[in-house]
Amino acid sequence: MKINKQGNVYTIVYIIVMVLVVGTALAVTSLSLKDKQQANADADKMRQILASARITATGGEIAEVFSAHITATPVYNTNGELIGDDAFTVDVANECKKQGDDRKLPVFVCQTEDDGTKYILPLYGAGLWGPIWGYISFDSDGTTVYGAYFAHQGETPGLGAEIEKSKFSSQFEGKTMFKGDRFMPVTVVKKGQKPTGNEDYVDGISGGTITSKGVAAMIDNCLVPYQAFLKSLSKEHQ
Amino acid sequence: MAEKVSLKSVLFNPLSRNNPVVVQVLGICSVLAVTAKLEPAIVMGVSVVTVLAFANVIISLLRNTIPVNIRIIVQLVVVAGLVVIVDQLLKAYAYDASKQLSVFIGLIITNCILMGRLEAFAMSNKPWPAFLDGVGNGLGYTIILVIVGFVRELFGSGTLLGYAVFPKWMYDAGYVNNGLMILPPMALIVVACIIWAQRTKDKDLCEE
Repeated sequence: MKINKQGNVYTIVYIIVMVLVVGTALAVTSLSLKDKQQANADADKMRQILASARITATGGEIAEVFSAHITATPVYNTNGELIGDDAFTVDVANECKKQGDDRKLPVFVCQTEDDGTKYILPLYGAGLWGPIWGYISFDSDGTTVYGAYFAHQGETPGLGAEIEKSKFSSQFEGKTMFKGDRFMPVTVVKKGQKPTGNEDYVDGISGGTITSKGVAAMIDNCLVPYQAFLKSLSKEHQ
Repeated sequence: MAEKVSLKSVLFNPLSRNNPVVVQVLGICSVLAVTAKLEPAIVMGVSVVTVLAFANVIISLLRNTIPVNIRIIVQLVVVAGLVVIVDQLLKAYAYDASKQLSVFIGLIITNCILMGRLEAFAMSNKPWPAFLDGVGNGLGYTIILVIVGFVRELFGSGTLLGYAVFPKWMYDAGYVNNGLMILPPMALIVVACIIWAQRTKDKDLCEE
């Protein structure tokens, strides 16, 4: 029997078979590589968390360094009460969209070699083109910033993308979040300007105004819920 | 069937006389996007060679069965499938490079070189010449990517593959990295310089 290769039946059967074959191939690839990809993504997240506490780790040693330094991964609620111990698996991007009290607040407790215990909090927000995120670490007094790490998905190279450089993030070191009893997160302003309140500030990126504002909004939005937790830290410290 | 072409010219023509980037001016957007550093440029080049070679072979094997009125769709599905597989492999085995290349691996699908080669060559040639054509065109693209990446990383960041090239005394003596090299327009200017150099050497390529 001669098949009509230009006929409708042939075309439809052809397309169905093709889609099935390609779909199966993709599903098999995705499933067989999933564990390895997840391990890579986790290692990258660990690297970022450590970077915010000024610890650098590369390649295969990341997981080891991480478990050596991070001693606890508690999760708090907005009242500063402990509600879990699996901070690593909390989806920060999702939690940041929530308003009110049901927000889960992950904390990474980090033991540095010489400077004592640090508390690392995750940040997530929006830049100009896409999401930006980061980690910020606090001294055990709950107000002084020890270090910060920022990353982005697709900010403009040379402008907004500069937030990931240590030149920008190192400005945060030593800034404080509490002014007396008031909680005032560090803000980002244009070079040469000062904020209206008396909160601490860092210089934004010239030419990356919207990304800089995004960083300020991210810090504000992500740290305000931690107020109770940070306050309890500073009380313990006194 | 197309007229008989020598296998050697199928493989080597795209490297210079018929280069997809500097002669046919295809795939310019990705040249611009991934060449600020040398490493992603190389990874991107290897990915394009792989996808193009396999897509060419698959389409060439299927060429007598593909219904004419859905041939573009079939080509797209094959390319898209291969690109997703390459993307998944990079995520598993070259995570840092895949992070830097981000969306550009996915955008190989829209690279005009691929559809151009599939439609113009693989649809009318046997698998082996089609494979060579894919490798040749992929390498032609990779060469330009590597040259541009080399120039931009060397003068833009003062490094090659992440290693510092210029010694410290040069910076002390007043040498400054050219930040302009990192910005996208310089990719086009470097490509233009390559086109200029090539056409000065090979007068046949000059338009009337």
